[in-house]
Amino acid sequence: MAGIPARLAWRRAVVLRHIQETPRVTSLVLDVPGWVGHRAGQHLDVRLTAEDGYQTERSYSIASAPARDTRVTLTVERLDDGEVSPYLTDVLRAGDELEVRGPIGGWFTWRPEEGGPLVLVAGGSGIAPLMAMIRQRAAVRSPVPVCLLYSSRAYEEIIYREELDRSAAADGDLMVAYTLTRSQPPGWRGYRRHIDRAMLDAVAWAPEERPLVFVCGPTPLVESVATTCVELGYAPERVKTERFGPTGGET
Amino acid sequence: MSDLSDRSDEPRRLDGNAAAGVLEEIFTFEVTSAQGTCAGCGQTAPLGALLLYGGEMGIVLRCPACERVELRIARHGGQDGRYWIDMRGMTTLRVVPIIPA
Amino acid sequence: MSTPFVSRGFQGRRQRSEAAQRLPPGQYLVSGFPVLSAGPTPRTSLDRWDFTIVGEIDEPRRWTWQEFQQLPRETVTKDIHCVTKWSKLDTTWTGVSLDTLLQGVNISATKYVLAFSDGDYTTNLALADVTGGKAWIAYEYADAPLAPEHGGPARLLVPHLYFWKSAKWVRGLQLMAEDEPGFWESLGYHNRGDPWKEQRYAGD
Repeated sequence: MAGIPARLAWRRAVVLRHIQETPRVTSLVLDVPGWVGHRAGQHLDVRLTAEDGYQTERSYSIASAPARDTRVTLTVERLDDGEVSPYLTDVLRAGDELEVRGPIGGWFTWRPEEGGPLVLVAGGSGIAPLMAMIRQRAAVRSPVPVCLLYSSRAYEEIIYREELDRSAAADGDLMVAYTLTRSQPPGWRGYRRHIDRAMLDAVAWAPEERPLVFVCGPTPLVESVATTCVELGYAPERVKTERFGPTGGET
Repeated sequence: MSDLSDRSDEPRRLDGNAAAGVLEEIFTFEVTSAQGTCAGCGQTAPLGALLLYGGEMGIVLRCPACERVELRIARHGGQDGRYWIDMRGMTTLRVVPIIPA
Repeated sequence: MSTPFVSRGFQGRRQRSEAAQRLPPGQYLVSGFPVLSAGPTPRTSLDRWDFTIVGEIDEPRRWTWQEFQQLPRETVTKDIHCVTKWSKLDTTWTGVSLDTLLQGVNISATKYVLAFSDGDYTTNLALADVTGGKAWIAYEYADAPLAPEHGGPARLLVPHLYFWKSAKWVRGLQLMAEDEPGFWESLGYHNRGDPWKEQRYAGD
């Protein structure tokens, strides 16, 4: 189509490699020809086409920090009854092509020059766009203080756990708190319940600090946390939300 | 009107961020951060915060405060099909002229 | 790019089937039951639910849930076709025929109906498309009460047209002399929606 912006044109990315993050979550490192960069928080649209012409699209957040090369990482949670995610995690392999377009989105984004402090709240695979923010902050050595509150079902399901623990250990201005909602390993000293008002109150930068708040994950978590942020007195215009969920719902 | 603080029964809905791809096809400037004012209740919110419904039928963006429809978009006839846009549910849309990154 | 792109090894949810002849043009068969909605799932309790027939009518009709359950019911097995291209064969529904509901109603001035639902959804149909054994108000699917995400307590069922015409959470019919486009029809979907003529969009 003539005249459409480059970022909205479908391109054939090449899959470079898979990274198994957790039993159900895989990161795909893609080489996207003509990539000119992105902002942390943006996503890619992905399109699959079957031989008979059937097509379907999904969106996945970019988990990698903006960088000078053409590599982009997506983190995909395999949904058992998903139409697209099992293809991306199980069938796609290095060397295959994948049609993508992007980067897309502009509200749920952060650049270091926007400052902070940052309160990042993630549920499950909602950590992906927030990880792009954390990675970018590290890459440019931004002094913006960050606290991340990250909810997962179990220890083995904490995506990027080793990287987060390493980064937090090395950087006094990056604080990471986990909560495990379904099962906890022996000796677990972290939170063991769904994110609630008391947890946010204890972990997050106080409203008086006027933090930028980013909340991403399943809809019930996002809506509950966003409501709580309003109740706690965070400036509404400084709270941004992105709901994740299955697109092709079926029963 | 529904009690929005108890919407745990809407576990699947997404928001305007997921509609950004289509919105960027139509609007030159970045619109998930554009502020829309609901014609029903007067609430102003960025499009990224509106509640998304419609699935493959089209984009239906609803007010997060009163759940009325603010913006609807459907596209007919495949890749080169035209867009039908209905913004009757929005009194104004304020767009800052930022080209998306 | 001369050859169209194909994603190696991608099949999607569709099934191959001997039943391909039963599919209207451009449709794919699915085994699940996709859920798609223009708005949040309404939660109307049965003691507040009613079904009304209003508009160009001498006296509006109204049934409470209990009264509706007393009406003659039918169980039908039909194929259903969504304009988003999925089809599901042999779906079983139980409900009240629109012929039953319109019995004794003076419909001489009626040419069209607008079905209206909780949550402000509407869809328009020609009277001829909802009479003569073509339409029901269904409250059971697959021998169980119709689930809320599929339109329960009750939905309109008009299986010979694309499934957006089978309005979920239906609460009544407005009888009209003139046509008036409903929710999707006013956004460019076809006014009638016959899958066998592939009437998906206005102008098809």
